[in-house]
Amino acid sequence: MKNWRDNTALKGWLMVSPLAAVLLIFLVLPIVLIVIVSFWRATEFSIIPAFEFDNYEFLFGSPVTYTVFFNTFKYALITWVFTLLIGFTVAYYLAFHIRTLTWQITLFLLCTIPFWTSNIIRMISWIPFLGRNGIANSTLLSWGVIDEPIEWLLFSDFAVILAFVHLYTLFMVVPIFNTMMRIDKSLIEAARDAGASGAQILWNVIIPLTKPGIMIGTIFVVTLVMGDFITVRFMSGSQSANVGRLISNDIALLQYPSASATAIVLLATVLITIAILLRFVDIRKEL
Amino acid sequence: MEPRTRSFYILSAFFALFILFLYGPTITIGILSFQGEGGGLTFPMRGVSLYWFRDLFEQQAVGDIWGSFRRSFVLGLMVMVVTVVVSVMGGLAFRSRFPGSNILFYLIITSLVIPSILISLGVGLLFSQSGLDVHWSTSGFGSQLTWTLPFGLLIMFAVFNRFDKSYEEAARDLGATPWQTLRHVVLPIIAPSLIGVALFGFTLSYDEFARTLLTSGSYNTLPLEIYGMTTNVTSPVLYALGTLTTVFSLIIIGVFLCVALIANKRRARHGSDAGKGHL
Repeated sequence: MKNWRDNTALKGWLMVSPLAAVLLIFLVLPIVLIVIVSFWRATEFSIIPAFEFDNYEFLFGSPVTYTVFFNTFKYALITWVFTLLIGFTVAYYLAFHIRTLTWQITLFLLCTIPFWTSNIIRMISWIPFLGRNGIANSTLLSWGVIDEPIEWLLFSDFAVILAFVHLYTLFMVVPIFNTMMRIDKSLIEAARDAGASGAQILWNVIIPLTKPGIMIGTIFVVTLVMGDFITVRFMSGSQSANVGRLISNDIALLQYPSASATAIVLLATVLITIAILLRFVDIRKEL
Repeated sequence: MEPRTRSFYILSAFFALFILFLYGPTITIGILSFQGEGGGLTFPMRGVSLYWFRDLFEQQAVGDIWGSFRRSFVLGLMVMVVTVVVSVMGGLAFRSRFPGSNILFYLIITSLVIPSILISLGVGLLFSQSGLDVHWSTSGFGSQLTWTLPFGLLIMFAVFNRFDKSYEEAARDLGATPWQTLRHVVLPIIAPSLIGVALFGFTLSYDEFARTLLTSGSYNTLPLEIYGMTTNVTSPVLYALGTLTTVFSLIIIGVFLCVALIANKRRARHGSDAGKGHL
């Protein structure tokens, strides 16, 4: 019996060794190195091994840090609300209002295809809509809704959130749709037979049963938005900043130690957020 | 069948708007990339022409687009193959618990949720501190795997959660070796999902930007090239490039979906391959 158990352990390890190797070299080691470098000192042209807390002191002593972290949470929260509302509605429609499996799969694929195309192109594609002379402004002008072009459509927080919702709603749709498809339809019939209205069924049956999917979608959206640096830069026209941009600016200035310190604080923030969310869901069971 | 309720029509309208929201902007730049020679970044169209596509083929105008496309394509294929193989092996291994499987699982989740810029920064530091040059086919390749592997593995976990183990037991009872069981029973059953994993592997790599930013070295991949263009190119040539890469992505997606469809049809027609396994 002992021998057999050792054998499965060995076989398991052999099978995951390529995976473990990739994660060790390209995930664990880089994180360890970032932690180390975050205690180093930077001069104008090089970085020097040291063990000092200057980078962290500077980070926590600067008011910019708090603004930028606040911004990061703000983007995450607003994006989360919109992606959840839209994603839930779309998933609900697909799971409960489309009656044949073929159509469900077809419409589901229609939603997922943009996910497999380039994010940068999808950001660029908002320019003709939101620009000063873009479609939105010229339409509103011709309808007489506004007298002069709205300036805050492109290169603003509005544009940033819009792009986030555009890029990431899918990460809500997929897991929510997945859990909804596994809900036993007879439960809903039972609720209806017992006299529940549509709204009551939605609130008391469907939403509680969909919670795991909502949680997984939330994890995706929140981490993607919190770790982003490119959408904020592009869609705000470099006018807004989040933590990711703070890091990428430091990197551009070759200030690796301070970039590392910020990166570690960001990682800790993200992991704590995820740890809290994971308390509500067992991912391995829900796949 | 029950009659359609009013909420069905409201939700249908909502869904149609959502699809418009998803595809509208992309279709718009598709149209605008045929802008006439004097046209700008937005409507009105000043004539219809292929001017900006031609512009794209003149290399010096916008940098090394074709070289970067070639690199992205090769890299996508490399990432795809490795993602499929490693995910299947990982998925099989995770069916039984082994020492350390929990830690590994949390590493996979970390790999998925870690802000991309940390991978970029960390791998960049790792290579520079150990005296190696960053290159898209080494550091860039590894960085992208930290993004594609978690997706591949999560799909495999989902597949094996639904996998009916009695097929394997039946094969074993009939005297099949573990390898035969894998080759003739397990792999054919999970094959359609592997097409999905491959699609994820290729497209996520082909479009990846943040994790390759500091890890691809002096030769850019296509998304990096496009990103570079956004800061200094302000003509519809950007749209022309966007349209071309999107069309390319759509072709790739189409090919994968067709392969999946054909595989499913063939399976339905031929039924099982029982009796074809040999000792």
